[in-house]
Amino acid sequence: MEYTNKIKKTIKSLEQISRTKGVDLNQEINSLEKKLSKVQPEKYTEWQEQKKGHTPWERVKIARTLERPKPQDYIEYLIKDFIPLHGDRLGHDDNAILGGIGYLKDIPVTAISTRRGKELRGNMDANFGMPHPEGYRKALRLARQAEKFKRPVIFFVDTPGAYCGIGAEERGISEAIARNLFELSDLNVPTFTVITGEGGSGGALALSVSNKLYMMENSILSVISPEGCASILFKDASKAEQAAESLKLTAYDLFELGIVDEIQKEAEDFDTNPQPTLEELEKMLYNDIFHYSFMDEQKMKNQRYNKYRSIGFFETDKNQLPEKILNGASGNGKASGGEAGTGFLKELARLLGLK
Amino acid sequence: MSGKIQHIIQNFLKTRKERFQASVPDNLFIQCPSCKKMIYKKKIDKNHGICPDCGYHMRISNHQWTEVLFDHQSVQNLFEEYKTVDVLEFPGYKQKLDQLYEKNVNEGIATGRARIDGIPVLFGIMNTDFILGSMGSVLGERIALLFEKGTSQRLPVIILSRSGGARMQEGAVSLMQMTKTAAAAKRFSNAGNLFISLITNPTTGGVTASFAMLGDIIITEPNALIGFAGPRVIEQTIKQKLPEGFQTSEFLQEKGFVDLICERNQLKDTLHKILKIHQY
Repeated sequence: MEYTNKIKKTIKSLEQISRTKGVDLNQEINSLEKKLSKVQPEKYTEWQEQKKGHTPWERVKIARTLERPKPQDYIEYLIKDFIPLHGDRLGHDDNAILGGIGYLKDIPVTAISTRRGKELRGNMDANFGMPHPEGYRKALRLARQAEKFKRPVIFFVDTPGAYCGIGAEERGISEAIARNLFELSDLNVPTFTVITGEGGSGGALALSVSNKLYMMENSILSVISPEGCASILFKDASKAEQAAESLKLTAYDLFELGIVDEIQKEAEDFDTNPQPTLEELEKMLYNDIFHYSFMDEQKMKNQRYNKYRSIGFFETDKNQLPEKILNGASGNGKASGGEAGTGFLKELARLLGLK
Repeated sequence: MSGKIQHIIQNFLKTRKERFQASVPDNLFIQCPSCKKMIYKKKIDKNHGICPDCGYHMRISNHQWTEVLFDHQSVQNLFEEYKTVDVLEFPGYKQKLDQLYEKNVNEGIATGRARIDGIPVLFGIMNTDFILGSMGSVLGERIALLFEKGTSQRLPVIILSRSGGARMQEGAVSLMQMTKTAAAAKRFSNAGNLFISLITNPTTGGVTASFAMLGDIIITEPNALIGFAGPRVIEQTIKQKLPEGFQTSEFLQEKGFVDLICERNQLKDTLHKILKIHQY
């Protein structure tokens, strides 16, 4: 709510400036209004409340619990008549990635997920959910196949990250991730990603280039694990809790940053009885797939491109535009006071930085 | 007794060493990290940071790089108005940024327009002085803008990478810059334009795993460290010592991920030839 209020306030003051000083600030106002329309106020207020339910560190721990439904369970629940397809056609099949075809209700889809076990053996089979390069290449092959047959692609992601080891480097893990980002960003069919648990850095990113990014309420998406961040930046691995706080890795934080599009609330007994929550998720996915399937292809691709293109925060000279104009108008070289004090300008810079 | 004499001699030598060091101005000599020889700095600068004895390629400044790669006085910087903000209010980040801006270090990448033997190109040169050349919002934005400009003006793009990866202090926002730059590179590529990626020592993490590995032609310098995870992280994960030469340019070329290994003195010529073949 605070966020929307801030935007509204900024728009108001911009309008006032443009009226009183006679300068054209329509472009700035429009971009802010667009942003405002993106945030649905009711949902935002509700989510603000829910955000307080757990601390970020608690959510990290929940996301990692063994009992939590694993991404392959989502496929089992949501994708009817699922047929798993294997191999990257380059000489390998990665067990950490499960992919195949089936139906979401009545729409044929390609579903790709990471695999994670609920006990040691299952976890070892799936390399603890850490894909090798061939896993990413397999995912890309299946996405390409989906493109050919005009099927939307759904990713379910839960991974601590891409595997880092000698073999992975030898077979080009960075190239595989880069290639996925490159090709998936331009796929001719709509793509959707659900982060179900841990979204670990580049390893998760390579499976989440999508028109819409969903996160489960207690999932996380981060550039580095809180432990890793604490030991590198704070020089103390035990400060992971503080790092989790600072990294803004929860679904709610990421929504505010404009990275996540939807959050699926989890029922209290989600671990033992995931059915009701997953049914809600299915409904949401189905509606969106339906919506995007009827969209013009180029429009759909532009939406995906623009979504990623607009993520980033920075200051530019353009942000200081009102200050410059005011200086010019008042002619004394100082920012004139009133509405356009430094606090307001800072806020404006921050908001416009969203672009 | 002998111990005392030894102590006196050691003390004497120590003070002499200190006096000697004090009398030599800073940065007059540079020690080559590879052959450990002390080399006169001017000599190294003249040689573009290549050790005259062992041929080791040292890290050089952005300014030196523009001299190595581009025609004299052909460089015109672009997108300099984009400045980093501390969006997550990450502990210590604001202070770090203020310090860097005070020193006039402008972000982890300089982007602009230049000429190579008369051929106009768009360039990006990353800068390890700015938080290890890590990729944050501004770096991602500048690269995306570079590709978009390249698409609209049909100019080739050359990006010199050296980076520690995604910038932790910007959290998932910096992570998303990987997708942003890769998506921009894809549109640039679809329009039939040439992207040459120069990867230099050291490049790891989110930069290797996004635009750096997406060049139509990927060129590296000899013996550069290039990888996804840093060597120390891998060692900690697998609890083994890494083999000699692991994650070097030569290693990557052998595995098929790099087109060319090119010495610094040959780079400009090589780039010119490639641009020519692509009819620029």
